[in-house]
Amino acid sequence: MRVVVDYDLCESNALCMAAAPEVFEVREDDFLYVLQEEPSEELRGKVEEAARRCPKQAISIEG
Amino acid sequence: MGLDRIVIVGASLAGLRAAEELRRLGHTGSLTIVGDEPHRPYDRPPLSKQVLTGAKPPESTALQTATGSIDDLDLDWRLGTTATGLELDERTVLLAGGERLPYDGLVLATGATPRRLPGTDHIDGVHTLRTLDDSLAIGAALHATPRRVAVVGAGFIGAEVAASCRGLGIEVSLIEALPVPLERGLGPTMGGVIADLHRDHGVDVRLGVGVVLIEGADRVERVRLTDGVVLDVDLVVVGIGVGPNTGWLEGSGLTIDNGVLCDATCLAAPGVVAAGDVARWPNRRFGEVMRVEHWDNAISMGTHAARTLLSGGDAEAYEPVPWFWSDQYDRKIQLAGRAGPEDDVEVVAGRVEDRKFVALYGRAGTVVGVLGMNQPAQVMRWRSLVEDRVGWDDALAVTRG
Repeated sequence: MRVVVDYDLCESNALCMAAAPEVFEVREDDFLYVLQEEPSEELRGKVEEAARRCPKQAISIEG
Repeated sequence: MGLDRIVIVGASLAGLRAAEELRRLGHTGSLTIVGDEPHRPYDRPPLSKQVLTGAKPPESTALQTATGSIDDLDLDWRLGTTATGLELDERTVLLAGGERLPYDGLVLATGATPRRLPGTDHIDGVHTLRTLDDSLAIGAALHATPRRVAVVGAGFIGAEVAASCRGLGIEVSLIEALPVPLERGLGPTMGGVIADLHRDHGVDVRLGVGVVLIEGADRVERVRLTDGVVLDVDLVVVGIGVGPNTGWLEGSGLTIDNGVLCDATCLAAPGVVAAGDVARWPNRRFGEVMRVEHWDNAISMGTHAARTLLSGGDAEAYEPVPWFWSDQYDRKIQLAGRAGPEDDVEVVAGRVEDRKFVALYGRAGTVVGVLGMNQPAQVMRWRSLVEDRVGWDDALAVTRG
C-alpha cells in the first residue's frame, strides 16, 4: 500500500491526522507531512478512513 | 446476513459513504440508490466557494470512493427519481410514477432543503444555495456583474457566499437578524470576530435587522429592511437555514421530529437506518439529541448507519465529536465539538487580533468544543479534550501549558 497526497488539493484540514496519526501529521507550519509513504497493511483501515474523511479528497491509496 | 436487497434513499455524501461501507462489510446483494437530482453524489462545500466563483468546474465536485471508482460499488442508480412514500410493514419504498421498490434493509439519507423567504418564490434573482444547480445559477448571476448582492442570513452559507462575492470584487451586503453572524453556531464573542473579518474585507455587514420585503417588477430590484434602510440590489442569496427532508415519510410510522428520530445506533425502525442532515439521534457523549448538518457527519454517520444495518441487532452507539470547517477569505475556521450562545469561551492559544487562535467552549464545567482560526493542527490536537469530556478548569490548564 502506497499513500499519495495531492498537495495541490491539500488544505491541511488535519482530519487525516485524527484518523491515522501514525501516517499523517500536520505540523505547526500548517503543512501536512506523510510520516510513512508505504505503511504496513495493519494500518489500511485507518489510512482508508483518512482518505474518506479528507475534505479535499487529496489522499489516494495505491495498491 | 439475510439482507439481499438494500435501498439507499438519497444520492448524497451520506448515502454514498453508506454504500461504500455496506460493500466493504461484504454485502453482495443488490444496492439501489435513489436520488431526486439527476446527478451522481457530489461534494457540496465547493458550491459556496470555488464552484460559485468559477475557480473550479462543476465536474470537480463528483465524489469518488476512498479506494477507487464509484463504479466498483456496483450500484443500481435511480437518479432523477423522487421517493414519495414508505410502507414500513411491507418493507417497500414508493417512487414517483408509482413504482414500488421492495427492500430488506433501508438507509434514509435524504438531506435537507433550504428555507425560503415567504412571498419571494415568484421573483427572479432570489436564490437559495444547496444543490449544484443552485450554485451554477448563482455563479452565472455573479458573473453578470451585479451592482450589489444582498446575502440574507449570516450563517456559514451566507458568510461564505459573501466572502466569494468579495473575492470577485462584487459589492455585497450581509444581513443578519441576530446581533452577530454565526451566533447560534459559535456564540456572540466569536460571532463578533467573524463580523469584523467580513467588514475588513469590505462587506456591508448589517446586524440585528430583518428583511421586510423584497421588491422588483420582473426581477429583484430592492431589499427593504426592518430599520427602514432600502438596498438597491440585483441578486439576493438567502441562507436562513434548512429543514430536513422528511415530508415523504409522514404517516409512514417512523417518528418524525425535526428529522427522522433514531436510537443511539442510527436505527429508525427494524431494518431502517438514517444518516446525515435528515437524521436526529441521541449522542450519548454529549447527552444531547442532535441533528448535525456538517459534511463530516454525513461521512461518519453514513458509515456508522451501514454498520448498524448489517450488525444483526448488535450495533454500537454513534457517539461522534462533530467537526466542521468553513473557509472565508484566507481564514480557515474549524470547530470540533459543540458551541452555543450560552457557553463559556476562552482563547487558549494565539491572538484574536491576529485571526490565528484557538478557543475552548465550556458548558456546565466541561469542555464541549474547540474552535480554531487558521490553527488546524491545534484543533485536532485538542479535540481529544472534548472526546474525553475533560473538566473546564483542567482543559484550560492543559491547553495553556
